[in-house]
Amino acid sequence: MAGIRQFSRFLARCVRLVLRGNAAYWGWVTLLLTLILSGASAYADQLRTGLVLSAMRDQVSWGFYIGNFTFLVGVAAAAVVLVIPAYVYDWKPIREIVIIGELLAISAIVMCLLFVMVDIGRPDRFWHLIPPLGRLNFPRSILAWDMVVLNLYFAVNFVVVAHILYRAYGRRPYSKRLVVPLVLVSIPMAIGIHTVTAFLYNGLVARPYWNSSILAPQFLASAFCSGPAILLVVLQLLRRFTRFEIQNEAIWKIAELMAYAMFLNLFLHGAEAFKEYYSASEHVLYTRYWFQGIGEHRTLVPYAWIAVALNVSAFLLFIVPAARRNWIALNLGCLATYSGCYIEKGMGLIIPGFTPDTLGEIYEYSPTITELRVAAAIFAVGFLVFTLLLRVAVPISLGEFHEEGADPRQGAPAVKPAISPSAAC
Amino acid sequence: MDPAAPKSTGITRRKFATAATAAAAGFVLTGCGPKRLYEMPRDRLRKALDDMEREYSNTYGKAVTVSDTGAAPGVLFGYALDLSRCIGCRRCVYACVEENNQSREPQVHWIRVLAMEKERGIDFAHADPYYQPELVPEEGKFYVPVACQQCRNAPCTKVCPTGATWTEPDGIVVIDYDWCIGCRCCMAACPYGARRFNWATPSIPPDELQPNTHYLGNRPRPKGVVEKCTFCIQRVRAGRYPACVEVCPVGARKFGNLLDPDSEIRYIMEHKRVMVLKQELNTVPKFFYFYAT
Repeated sequence: MAGIRQFSRFLARCVRLVLRGNAAYWGWVTLLLTLILSGASAYADQLRTGLVLSAMRDQVSWGFYIGNFTFLVGVAAAAVVLVIPAYVYDWKPIREIVIIGELLAISAIVMCLLFVMVDIGRPDRFWHLIPPLGRLNFPRSILAWDMVVLNLYFAVNFVVVAHILYRAYGRRPYSKRLVVPLVLVSIPMAIGIHTVTAFLYNGLVARPYWNSSILAPQFLASAFCSGPAILLVVLQLLRRFTRFEIQNEAIWKIAELMAYAMFLNLFLHGAEAFKEYYSASEHVLYTRYWFQGIGEHRTLVPYAWIAVALNVSAFLLFIVPAARRNWIALNLGCLATYSGCYIEKGMGLIIPGFTPDTLGEIYEYSPTITELRVAAAIFAVGFLVFTLLLRVAVPISLGEFHEEGADPRQGAPAVKPAISPSAAC
Repeated sequence: MDPAAPKSTGITRRKFATAATAAAAGFVLTGCGPKRLYEMPRDRLRKALDDMEREYSNTYGKAVTVSDTGAAPGVLFGYALDLSRCIGCRRCVYACVEENNQSREPQVHWIRVLAMEKERGIDFAHADPYYQPELVPEEGKFYVPVACQQCRNAPCTKVCPTGATWTEPDGIVVIDYDWCIGCRCCMAACPYGARRFNWATPSIPPDELQPNTHYLGNRPRPKGVVEKCTFCIQRVRAGRYPACVEVCPVGARKFGNLLDPDSEIRYIMEHKRVMVLKQELNTVPKFFYFYAT
């Protein structure tokens, strides 16, 4: 009972904490809430009228929503880029920021599930997926797999973060027996969620653009670029506006890892482009639609080349040590990585997969205002969740926000005393 | 409770408890029982279909029947289409719309007729589904109507996350419109572009509604679910031809039981050379194309 009272007091104090903030904080929250309201009204229209308000049609039956979903699964998976060196190699500077990566993963999964929700035609029947009320076509359907692994990954990250933070709030050390196995499990799971998402497309024999075994590795490579790109910006902001200490070498190390991931990403894309163009079977049509357009249908061509340019310049900025140690170059590189991967994995993956359609018809898809507003709202929800989580997690980690009367000698701030190397091995 | 206290509402605690228990039990029974039409026991299915009949009859102002005729033993339906006869008139498209209660606004067609150039042969990349000449057939063109190929190895049923689409014992791939969540995985998986999504609320003028329906076929569909050709399940399970077979003015469309050695479809397979679309995908369609002349 005492535990429950303590926990409810913790929740109440968290609420009070997130309701406090300076003008910049409230400005940011107001902006997000405005976007959410706008998207909610667009979604209400879509619910009433149907998905006809999107630009999707029978020829291109998935669009902007599913593209964003795919991209964000990658962002969620990318938390492992930080977890692997932190826990397995006991690399201290990164270990301190692992928790931020896990919070980002949680926010990204929330966005993923929302993007699936707004894409389905009958959201009122969502429970059909949840046994025993519904029926999950597991293990045959890959979407069923995806729902299982995404929710598990969400649960694992949530438990780890919540446990570490709540213990730190009470100034008690966290339970290694709980955290270490879960963290070690979350590494293969992060790879798993993105692999399964790739298989969602990869397994469709009807769509030659996706039906290539390079898809899953390439998904992982691009995820390991875009996820850390967001984190690097967040870490710099945290360092600037809070007492959160993040060493330069941690940031540079992440940037270096991103360079390798981006090289792999570009290499795999190149390998795929070579295969398509050199063998020049009828399947080259989809790649051609993306890079060159077919006849007068050239809507996506500028996006394709912008994405290539962004990805190549991000690689160059991150591979040169002097460049990634320059803060302007570093942030430009992050921006380039993020937008390059976003274009390539959102529109660049989904739309050419459907264009031309299975019977050769070309329907040029380009999202409607409704789709853009709903998507913006979902991103706003994700950023809001992330902001609120950080608003609580950062003061706890810094030891500024803790239970009244807890003995400060009994435990150190959460992020400092991580697992000893012997425990992790 | 004080017996002298005035009863202002007339609802006693016992009445409230009974009603609440009944509501909870009802929720559990309707919520937890098998809701998929696929696994619904026969008597419950009939009751559910009676409800549908009432609902549709009210909506459209005429007596609508919803049949639950099951697959007959020893039957596997197959289809064959003679490409050398088809003239591209699209009568099949519109007969199908009328028979199967497809939405008129927005228009939903289960059959897509592709005009192809004779000098290229079957080549989807250069096919034209929107041909509009004064007269068909056009010089140098031939026509390939495409609807659901009723694959034995159906990629669409495999990917459905809720099991809302499956292959019936007589080989017809069907959809439970009350269980489909509208995720459109099946549309991405279909190599023949056969599946249609109700992007808006389907509309059918009441006087055009075809009232003899089947629960897995042509009953009216709601917004946000997927639909497709069912070989006219409401007709073929009653021993009739699909509407497209009946309407075809040149007799290009043939239909029958693949397991019956004396059927017309078996005669065609025996005496003509048949092929399937995208054979390399190993979907093993039960919809064949052939050139009879």
